[in-house]
Amino acid sequence: MFTEVPHHTIDVPYLARLARLEVTPEEIEIFGPQLGRILDHVEQMNKLDISGIEPTAHAITVFDVIRGDSVTESLTKKTILENAPHNANGLFVVPKVLD
Amino acid sequence: MSFIPFQSIAATRRLLRSKEISPVELLEGLEQRIASVDSSIGAYIARDLETAKKEAATADLSKPLGGIPIGIKDAISVSEQPLQSASRILDGYTAPYDATAVAHLRAAGAIPFGRMNMDEFAMGSSTENSAFHPTRNPWDLNRIPGGSSGGSAAAVASGTALATLGSDTGGSIRQPAALCGCVGLKPTYGRVSRYGLIAFASSLDQIGPLTSTVEDSGILLNAMAGKDPHDSTSLELPDEDFTAEIGRDLKGLRIGVPKEYFVDGMEPGVRSSVDAAIKQLVSLGAEPVEISLPHTEYAVAVYYIIATAEASANLARFDGVRYGRRSPEAKDLLSLYEKTRAEGFGREVKRRIILGTYVLSSGYYDAYYLRAQKVRTLIRRDFDQAFTKVDAIVSPTSPETAFRLGEKTDDPLKMYLADIFTIATNLAGICGLSLPCGFSNRDGVDLPVGLQLLGRPFGESRLLRIGHAYEQSTDWHKRKPGQIS
Repeated sequence: MFTEVPHHTIDVPYLARLARLEVTPEEIEIFGPQLGRILDHVEQMNKLDISGIEPTAHAITVFDVIRGDSVTESLTKKTILENAPHNANGLFVVPKVLD
Repeated sequence: MSFIPFQSIAATRRLLRSKEISPVELLEGLEQRIASVDSSIGAYIARDLETAKKEAATADLSKPLGGIPIGIKDAISVSEQPLQSASRILDGYTAPYDATAVAHLRAAGAIPFGRMNMDEFAMGSSTENSAFHPTRNPWDLNRIPGGSSGGSAAAVASGTALATLGSDTGGSIRQPAALCGCVGLKPTYGRVSRYGLIAFASSLDQIGPLTSTVEDSGILLNAMAGKDPHDSTSLELPDEDFTAEIGRDLKGLRIGVPKEYFVDGMEPGVRSSVDAAIKQLVSLGAEPVEISLPHTEYAVAVYYIIATAEASANLARFDGVRYGRRSPEAKDLLSLYEKTRAEGFGREVKRRIILGTYVLSSGYYDAYYLRAQKVRTLIRRDFDQAFTKVDAIVSPTSPETAFRLGEKTDDPLKMYLADIFTIATNLAGICGLSLPCGFSNRDGVDLPVGLQLLGRPFGESRLLRIGHAYEQSTDWHKRKPGQIS
């Protein structure tokens, strides 16, 4: 089956680095054209005149939602650390950040 | 008496209250049904019927959902149950608290007992992106159940759950409900708290029920709806009984038929079923009105920018530090992030993170993300205008019935376009219902067709009234898949 070459190109390794995501050479080869074709489709938005149109971030707009400043119970440290891949002395453990 | 599969919540509640069946017997019957059927369907990821039976033994049957077992999509937290959003990156994770929607169901007496399969992080339309296993369509085991709430829909459709919860970001409740032949309700954005739902796209996500009847979805929404201090986007609204309008006729209601949703290329059996359903609504007293939603063609493009942008931000929290899996290959902090995420996320999730990162990145933000948000405004206005003329909008839920496993996995754009009729609902934040409206014969097999009804914001009661009137005037909801029973 022939598929059209997308006219959008996308720098997969660069974006993957920004997203803190390691990608394999095979994934780069697959994602590049697939995402290019999606961007080709997205291009149709450019046909529209959007001057003077406000952006919508949330469909149902609510402003300044705050709840009462009252002390409530939260999850215990123990409960939270139980789900951690590595913890010690009540802390999350990660590889050394500074040499 | 023993458990009968495919009973509605309303009917089961009567049997429980008249003591014709006990809550424990109900669960035992469900357990047997799951054991005999679910190995061929794969709707469940995990279940705990022993704990459920203990809860059932002390169930308060005077409560609205007393003793009613409910399956929960794997994206929704149930305290002390596994929670993975069908992703490897959350291997071993146990939810430390109940999602607010689940807490409300429990307070109403319901028993959450099972984890329903889904596309990883709700990204997909076929449930093939689950890290566990694919779910099969009860009407044809070679076909997909839809997605992303495919397990939730397939369980209701195969009689292994009375009702389930799903989540809908671009059609993930309605499309699988349509493809499996059950009822799915996406409430208005802000109607149900999202607290405890693993976020995919926060401005679009909403929890809702999948059920065997329209009335049941109202019964579940009654229990779940409400303002929650833990979700600042949930709204304080007057108390409402969403089943109150059920049973009233349709005289005087205007039903909008959007011309953009009835275009060439639709599966003929879908088109004929939906055309017949509109005639049926008219015979019930509704008045059809042709309307236009002129920006429909842009919905998929807008959605795949906004949803992936929000997802790329939401999924940044899965970094191997605080929960879930961590790559054993990690040498330093950067490789801990990069390798954990590489090993933990599936292909579709990676694809969307990269696309979301692209549309938010420096130099592209205005051209993609900001532009998409502006077109979202135009899409929302289309609906605002339509709802000045009509009480509800009717369309197919999906342009086609269930496709084959593997049919679209190599072509993401083709998969995305399967959601063309459901996506705009989420962008506009309105409510939507899918219910069975017929069958389309594909390769000799009758596959369910879904009718979509869209309502104005907070118009769920009206939507359920229309859906119920249609449902009760037809027999579609009574037909059950033959292969598996």
